[in-house]
Amino acid sequence: MSTEQQLSRQEQQFMDKIKAEEKIEPKDWMPEKYRKNLIRQISQHAHSEVIGMQPEGNFLTRAPSLRRKAILLSKIQDEAGHGLYLYSAAETLGITREELIEALQSGQAKYASIFNYPALTWADMGAIGWLVDGAAIVNQVSLQRTSYGPYSRGMIRICKEESFHQRQGYDIMLSLVNGSPEQKAMAQDALNRFYWPALMMFGPHDSESAHSAKSMEWKIKRETNDDLRQKFIDQTASQIEFLGLEHPDKDLKWNEERGHYDSGEIDWEEFQNVINGNGHCNRQRLEHHIKAHEEGAWVREALAAYNAKKQANKSEAA
Amino acid sequence: MSDNIKAATQEYATRLGDDAVVLGHRISEWVSRGPFLEEDIAYANVALDYIGRARMFYGYAAELANDGRTEDDFAYMRDDRQYQNLLLMEMPRGDFAYSQVRQLFIDIYYNLLLPELVNSKDDTLAAIAAKAIKETRYHLRRSRDWVLRLGDGTEESHHRAQAAVDSLWGYTHELFDMDETEKLLADNGIGVDTTQLREAWLKHVSAILSEATLSVPEDGWAVRGGRIGYHTENLGHVLTEMQFVHRSYPGCQW
Ligand SMILES: [Fe+2]
Ligand SMILES: [Fe+2]
Ligand SMILES: [Fe+2]
Repeated sequence: MSTEQQLSRQEQQFMDKIKAEEKIEPKDWMPEKYRKNLIRQISQHAHSEVIGMQPEGNFLTRAPSLRRKAILLSKIQDEAGHGLYLYSAAETLGITREELIEALQSGQAKYASIFNYPALTWADMGAIGWLVDGAAIVNQVSLQRTSYGPYSRGMIRICKEESFHQRQGYDIMLSLVNGSPEQKAMAQDALNRFYWPALMMFGPHDSESAHSAKSMEWKIKRETNDDLRQKFIDQTASQIEFLGLEHPDKDLKWNEERGHYDSGEIDWEEFQNVINGNGHCNRQRLEHHIKAHEEGAWVREALAAYNAKKQANKSEAA
Repeated sequence: MSDNIKAATQEYATRLGDDAVVLGHRISEWVSRGPFLEEDIAYANVALDYIGRARMFYGYAAELANDGRTEDDFAYMRDDRQYQNLLLMEMPRGDFAYSQVRQLFIDIYYNLLLPELVNSKDDTLAAIAAKAIKETRYHLRRSRDWVLRLGDGTEESHHRAQAAVDSLWGYTHELFDMDETEKLLADNGIGVDTTQLREAWLKHVSAILSEATLSVPEDGWAVRGGRIGYHTENLGHVLTEMQFVHRSYPGCQW
């Protein structure tokens, strides 16, 4: 049998598995592009968890009550845990965490552009939990059925915590809208600033999406950007109403026929603008990450040196 | 509970709350700034323990005060001259060695103090101590491991760790001071006599430092004042940051 025949037989088996909704596991054969595509997506997801610690970390020392401070600490701890878990999932595809971090810091790998927006007020902690984690969940619930086993299992685990985060974020908003006029204004302002960027988290329209078609075929992605976005728009509309806040989308209208909300057009120019580096925090987020990493270099070296000494002592004793 | 014991217990709970909230604040400054992701998680976790502890102590102080104040009033509505945390808690985050050495000193201290406080005749203090002991054992495992690694790691880490020990040492002495309030409580089986803890603390610290190839500084330099609200210049900035949002919107619920 020729190599070509062998390859196509492996590909056939791979596609059969995908079609049968069986999970692909780390030791299974997979097309190189499937592997690359997954590394890109999982690492981008991991980096987002990690960079996402920064805007919320920005309010850890300023949380207005001890209870909220504790909840925020616990949320950020969860996000770091998600990052760790996702890095491990990416590592099953034959890449190291060091390489992944290097790709983040060089700008070669991406993270969710939502984190390039600044967290300015306490209400932003509410809006981020509610809308940003909320949008992430819609996406991640669908990814629970992704074809790659470790990624799928990661999503199942992560989704549980994300829904806590969303409820806690919404709860912050509830406290604010039931508080003083200043607090309510703060909540409205945060909603206004985060609503549209949250919609952009689902990525470009399906017709414009570079990675979508193949990802759908391989069942890495299970639903299209626009379908997921629609779900989020629908669920968020009633939540905004319940808060008694003004909806940032003036064109939002219930469409009886479709059974969905029709919505105004997203400002894609702004989306591209922020992705291309012109957001308030693009440079800051990476510099923060690089600075912490560089300041930690001597600690990692010390750890390695210490472990090497212990290892040497052990083998001497043996 | 007699009035003077009650007042002293309230002050004691407030002090322990102050220690916890200020240290928790400092530790939380590390989140997203650790040397690797696992350390970010650990820092968030330890900070969370301290904020939780602050809430329990302040909650009890508020209960004893019984004047409508809440845990947040204790944390957010007092100035630096009213705060009575130990100075060691308010020292800046410093580098990784500085924070780990500080943590080691504090973890060993609490590992001695809390098992005593568990026997307090005051049930609430005893219950808080019982919960905190478990956390502190875990904290100590971590700070001890790190001080060993840093002390006996590379030349650079050794120097940084020794510098941290030397520059923090002067702030450890007041951990073992007692004023009238604390003496009254110790005499009544409610508070811990910390003067009794120094010997064991020094022994434990010395053993770890020496295993880490670090030297124990000479005694002599000692800075005191936290328990009477006589702070370093650091605390004002901690409180400025911590209290800003809360105080900007007076009387609000969050
Ligand atoms: Fe997450
Ligand atoms: Fe997240
Ligand atoms: Fe989350």
